[in-house]
Amino acid sequence: MAKKEYAFYPGCSSQLKASASNYLTSVNSMCKTLDVKLTEIPDWNCCGASIGYAEGGELPRIAINARNFALAETHLPGQDIVATCAACWLGARESKDRLDENSVLMKETNEALAAAGLHYKAEVKVRHMVEVLIEDFGYDELKKPVKKPLEGVKFAGYVGCQTNRPFGIAGESFENPKYLDKMVETLGGEPVESYDQKVTCCGGALAFSEPDKSQKQIRDIVESAYDHGAEMIVTPCPLCQANVEVYQSEINKKQGTKFNMPVLYYSQLMSVAYGGSMKDAGLDGQLIRATRLEEIAKK
Amino acid sequence: MSEMKTAAYICAGCGIGDKLDVAQMEKVAQKEGKMALVRRHDFLCSPEGVALIKGDIENEGVSHVVIAACSRRAKTEAFDFPTVAMSRANLREGVIWIVAEGAEHDEVRQEMAEDYLRMGCAELKKMKLPAGNPNKADNKTILVVGGGMAGMTAALEAAETGYQVVLVEKTGELGGWAAKLWKRVPFRQPYREAQETGVAELAARVGAHPNIKIHLNSVIASTSGAPGRFNVELAQESGATTTLTAGAIIQATGASNYDIARLPELGGGLANVVDQAGLEALAKAANGQPIKRADGREVKSVVFVQCAGQRDEGGAHLSYCSGHCCATSIKQAMYFKDANPAVDTVVMYTDLRVPGMGEDFYRSAQEKGVIFTKGRASGVTAAGDVCKVNFRDLILDEEVSLDADLVVLATGQVPNSGVNIDLADDDPAKAQQVSILNLNYRQGKDLPQLTHGLTDSHFICFPYETRRTGIYAAGPVRRPMDLLQATEDATGAALKAIQAVENANIGRAAHPRVGDLSYPMVRLEGCTQCKRCTVECPFGAIDEDERRFPVFNESRCRRCGTCMGACPVRVISFENYSVDTVGNQIKAVDIPDEFSEKPRILLLACENDAYPALDMAGLAHHTYSAFVRAIPVRCLGSVNTIWITDALNSGYDGVMMMGCKHGENYQCHFVKGSELATYRMSKIDDTLKQLGLEVERVASYEVAITDNARVAALINDYAAKIVEIGMSPMKGFG
Amino acid sequence: MSAHNSQAVERYRNDFLREVEERVEEGQWVKMCMQCGVCAGSCPFGPHWQHSPQKLFMMIRAGKRQEVLSSDSMWMCTSCYNCVVRCPRQLPITHIMHGLASYAHRLGLAPKSQPTREFATMFWNNLAKKGRVNELKLTLALYFKDGLVSGIKTALGMQSIGLGMVKAKRLNPMEILGGHGLKDLKGFHAIIAKAREIEDKKKGLVS
Repeated sequence: MAKKEYAFYPGCSSQLKASASNYLTSVNSMCKTLDVKLTEIPDWNCCGASIGYAEGGELPRIAINARNFALAETHLPGQDIVATCAACWLGARESKDRLDENSVLMKETNEALAAAGLHYKAEVKVRHMVEVLIEDFGYDELKKPVKKPLEGVKFAGYVGCQTNRPFGIAGESFENPKYLDKMVETLGGEPVESYDQKVTCCGGALAFSEPDKSQKQIRDIVESAYDHGAEMIVTPCPLCQANVEVYQSEINKKQGTKFNMPVLYYSQLMSVAYGGSMKDAGLDGQLIRATRLEEIAKK
Repeated sequence: MSEMKTAAYICAGCGIGDKLDVAQMEKVAQKEGKMALVRRHDFLCSPEGVALIKGDIENEGVSHVVIAACSRRAKTEAFDFPTVAMSRANLREGVIWIVAEGAEHDEVRQEMAEDYLRMGCAELKKMKLPAGNPNKADNKTILVVGGGMAGMTAALEAAETGYQVVLVEKTGELGGWAAKLWKRVPFRQPYREAQETGVAELAARVGAHPNIKIHLNSVIASTSGAPGRFNVELAQESGATTTLTAGAIIQATGASNYDIARLPELGGGLANVVDQAGLEALAKAANGQPIKRADGREVKSVVFVQCAGQRDEGGAHLSYCSGHCCATSIKQAMYFKDANPAVDTVVMYTDLRVPGMGEDFYRSAQEKGVIFTKGRASGVTAAGDVCKVNFRDLILDEEVSLDADLVVLATGQVPNSGVNIDLADDDPAKAQQVSILNLNYRQGKDLPQLTHGLTDSHFICFPYETRRTGIYAAGPVRRPMDLLQATEDATGAALKAIQAVENANIGRAAHPRVGDLSYPMVRLEGCTQCKRCTVECPFGAIDEDERRFPVFNESRCRRCGTCMGACPVRVISFENYSVDTVGNQIKAVDIPDEFSEKPRILLLACENDAYPALDMAGLAHHTYSAFVRAIPVRCLGSVNTIWITDALNSGYDGVMMMGCKHGENYQCHFVKGSELATYRMSKIDDTLKQLGLEVERVASYEVAITDNARVAALINDYAAKIVEIGMSPMKGFG
Repeated sequence: MSAHNSQAVERYRNDFLREVEERVEEGQWVKMCMQCGVCAGSCPFGPHWQHSPQKLFMMIRAGKRQEVLSSDSMWMCTSCYNCVVRCPRQLPITHIMHGLASYAHRLGLAPKSQPTREFATMFWNNLAKKGRVNELKLTLALYFKDGLVSGIKTALGMQSIGLGMVKAKRLNPMEILGGHGLKDLKGFHAIIAKAREIEDKKKGLVS
């Protein structure tokens, strides 16, 4: 397999000691096995996330994304930008699409970038890590390095919103995307295909500002995973992961439930299946420990 | 035809030979069916099998053929022998595919197959090869009534195909509704802007066409005859009359706008409230410049009220949707926006309906800034120099009002369909109606209507075919529609008219039994002048002479046999379909005795929907009782009650009849046939009581062509019912 | 009434739709809504708002400026994009909601102490400061937004989670001292400032 290189956009939450640092750990382990070289875009900045809208407005949000594009074009020419965070990918891709469609916006954006001596040439492609795995490798290729199949573990594939809408992964439906189920299957695990909350919103950033409303969403997401016999939830989105994992104890406290459902990244599953240690897979970063997965990692 | 020589061909293919004792069937054909020639073939529809039959016809003088193989609806190309009379015994779809599997059913399966073979032989002996209607009529001129978009299109289409056309228009010029328009709703890509109507160009082409003769300022004073030989008298405005002959007629008399004066609550009658025709007149006057009101003031704000006097559930106004008005209002709103984008244009709708490519047009209007408000107008009043529109906003759920310089009411289409012949003669409404065709038919002066004054026949299955063969309706006279639909309609109606004249010319049925050479024959010496046939014919094909004997106009006839079913003295028949061809089949069935536990159920099935459904039940491997004996009929309307009484007298345990849905949303190919049959059967209870039989012994069902699982279930339920009420006590007497 | 707001009212008077088209992100799409209501039925926070997107669009067309801009409803958007992918007219509803909220926020008409409005503002200010989000400071700012006492309460309530995150190395207490930041922070700030200047000028938000 030829070495593949990408301009990496980890995003704020995947930094060292940030809320999704275990995502980064597992992605690095996964990429090592797949012989993928990720080079961080030098001096990348925040994408603005969706919630940045109120104060950020339209052009400033687009401009800061274009800053990352310009940096990638300059320092990592010819490489696709790959984001692991759903919101980073969405923010970047949305900005790029709008710039591609709107020449006025493009002109204004470059005017803003010029203030920092930068220029965006509209050459770069923006992709999510899941797209890279499916499109550049494919399930068959992803299966090859599997050393420890995740046999007998039932995973609810919680796709959530922002890797699924509005762009989504090519070939998948918005209402019932299957790629997580297929990935679980590829790794030898058992997908809970009837899981009916796979594209339900966890509340996103409103988990902070509207905790009660969001926790109702999270409750549905976790409860349905239990109802359908899942042992763990797997997701591609850092905010989904954090919200669904972190608030289970809150919900238990407030509503007397006994939730204790591990929530993992697909990359953690891959790292373990590829023979990675607990640490490689970032399993030590779980608030709710994924015991069954730890056992497989220790085998 | 010379001497009758019969032959039976029994196919052993498609599993027939595995499931049935074919040798035994050959004996049945010989001994009971009395066929002169009996042959078996393992693959009858193969070229070799067909050659075998053809050889016998040519070399052996075979004139009557029974094909005992698959359904009469299958392999029609292979079994096509136009020079002989033919019956089909349905062993495949009718027997081996529907009788339950297993040796325990072998006996009843064989009995069923043998009965079908007996029935085929019995039918055959009463059949003649139809020779075609001798009353051929050779006029191929097409008369078009109405010179609007539909009429002109129909005239031009027929003329371009090579037919002579006479176009009659009541007013002094061609164009109709379309000529009153400033522009029309787009009918070509990209469906974003209103287009020129093209009416003047079309009228010029019609006027210049060598095959088209135009009569302006003329109406029809009388119409008589039949396809291929209509005699028509025109009355000119001047008082002069013209007589002409035609082979077929297209009625494209269009629609009128619902009278705005009947909508005072929506401002009908106010100076600044107009209907869509009124707005077109203002737009024409403006000629592309900003539109002005009647008082000369430029319109700065306009509200379009959709469904004005339409879709009215209260019964005061039109109950239906006219289909075109939403797109028309969108177009008219664009008139304002295109001349001055600053004009406030609001289209107030409850459901915006834009058929065809109208959705693109709708989007285009939204892009131009036309505001669409989902609301229901409750009243329009004059308020100083403007109009106040009070309405309920259906999204925000509140009562609000809007001021506008001009209000346009989207009133609906009222068909110009002439006299409603179903109204009683003393009905004052009828007295006010002016006939369009002035038919001298026994059944009335104009085309029959189904609902809302619209001429039918079937809106979906046979759109242009009215209930008068040779007379076709096109455009909004038959259902509400826009110009594009009317144009398409006209083309279809022109083709139908051509079909009618061509078939009349060679003595064949026009439709739906296209090319049928049989036609109703009457033995007048037995007729009691009861008039049932003339009254019940759904197509007005039968007139009466001065002695009240029926006069059949064969080219008006659809060959459904409703007259045959109606005739109490059974003097009406077709050469290949008669009281005897069916009666003989009924009698041919072997009726086991009362103690056999083998009931016999006669199933008379409409060949258009029910019989195909039975075939498809076989195809789908639904099983049903082997005690049933199905006979296809042209229409349940052709079922003569003698068949029922004969069947019951000869020991059948029950009679099922399956026909099409009737009533307002009918699916009957012959419009009234299944309805009449149901009516007639409602009278049969007395007969049953006289015979000392339970009323359940005769049952009618409405069946659609898609009901394949259901027909099997109906049969099984009925067979169970017969077991419940017991075997008929009539066995052995018949 | 803020200065920006009175200016806008004067300029557009009754034509609120035109104002939205010119000044709200993706506002030119509002007129294309066909009022089917699929958005309303697709929103995860459907039970919590007063005005569905469908209603907001109708209110804009009806010129209900004050009601729209002071509505709480668009602040309920979780950016899940369900309405966007289901809209038969393909309206970017999520962005229009963001745009309306942002416009109302800039005009000073958005509801005071609307929690999402406050959080969204904090979020942007947090990221704009160093170029990347400082999760600890963001969290603390959120807890203490209503003052010290209630902040300590909230923080205590969430203590176990916070400690868990620290233990799992997913929250860094040292971030309070600085945390991740850009090297070319100056350039980053210059880009935001310039972009904002262009946008404000275009949308008439210059005082």
